[in-house]
Amino acid sequence: MKFGVVRFPGSNCDFDTVHALRDVMKRPTVMLWHKDHDLQGVDCVVLPGGFSYGDYLRAGAIARFSPLMQEVKAFARDGGRVLGICNGFQILLELGLLPGAMLRNKNLKFLCQHVHIRIEDARTDFTRAGQKGQVLRIPIAHFDGNYYAPARILKDLERDGQVVFRYCDAGGKVTAEANVNGSLAHIAGIRNKEGNVLGLMPHPERASEALLGSEDGRTIFASLILSLERRKPARRPATGKKARHD
Amino acid sequence: MKVRILVSFKDSVLDPQGQTVKNALHTMGYAAVTDVRQGKVFELDLEGATRKDAETLVPEIARRVLANPIIEKFDWEILKGR
Repeated sequence: MKFGVVRFPGSNCDFDTVHALRDVMKRPTVMLWHKDHDLQGVDCVVLPGGFSYGDYLRAGAIARFSPLMQEVKAFARDGGRVLGICNGFQILLELGLLPGAMLRNKNLKFLCQHVHIRIEDARTDFTRAGQKGQVLRIPIAHFDGNYYAPARILKDLERDGQVVFRYCDAGGKVTAEANVNGSLAHIAGIRNKEGNVLGLMPHPERASEALLGSEDGRTIFASLILSLERRKPARRPATGKKARHD
Repeated sequence: MKVRILVSFKDSVLDPQGQTVKNALHTMGYAAVTDVRQGKVFELDLEGATRKDAETLVPEIARRVLANPIIEKFDWEILKGR
């Protein structure tokens, strides 16, 4: 399978994400320029973190008008896998591929620290290499990660099991202290109803090698690989062997 | 024509920046201030637009780009022209 990482003016996790996918996960990965119209036949589009268009107006508000994003929208509508990390998540919200919006962190601080998130559902294409209830230690780095949705939307998200990650403590308990940015219902990541689009605030690419202090982020990339390569019988992993990390 | 668009958080959405300003005002002794809401102001020059054009155009622009309707509301007024 082939990954594509979209680069906007102001992206700053684009190379880290390409490195994690290409060098760590060992999958072909191309950098996609936001002004192009061609997704180059990728199987999964990743919108990386950063400050696209300097966060002008609102985080992610301008990036959604990039020509390539119209292709990404069509790709997602056709069932293509799209992963939005941090600013990528914000773009997906502004684009309307995911419901809700981001508010400034509750303490009005830019937060750059390791957090723990709990996998709420391990049946998604983004978590199947992990387990329900598993705690991942992954860093965040954002100013606007305080997830908000009107009560009606939140109800739908919970009913349809679209909340995939919640902020928790090291033991997996969802506590007020662990919810560092004040997100509604401790939401760290959600998927769309169809299950092919996911956004999360933590940066899995920054937690993909032991050298970086955590390898937990690989679970998300490994899940995508597992999901997308499973569809091609020739490359199916050996039966009975559940890949956890790679 | 020149129009001014004011974008601010909906009443149902917490405005932490407004709260912080309110706290600062209290620290300064302005006890009469009970609430502060912070917003953004946009001034747009519209070429050859009539009031009727603006009434269609401005709300459309505000809804599609300037405000995020999930968390924000907007007001607008004509500053110059008619």
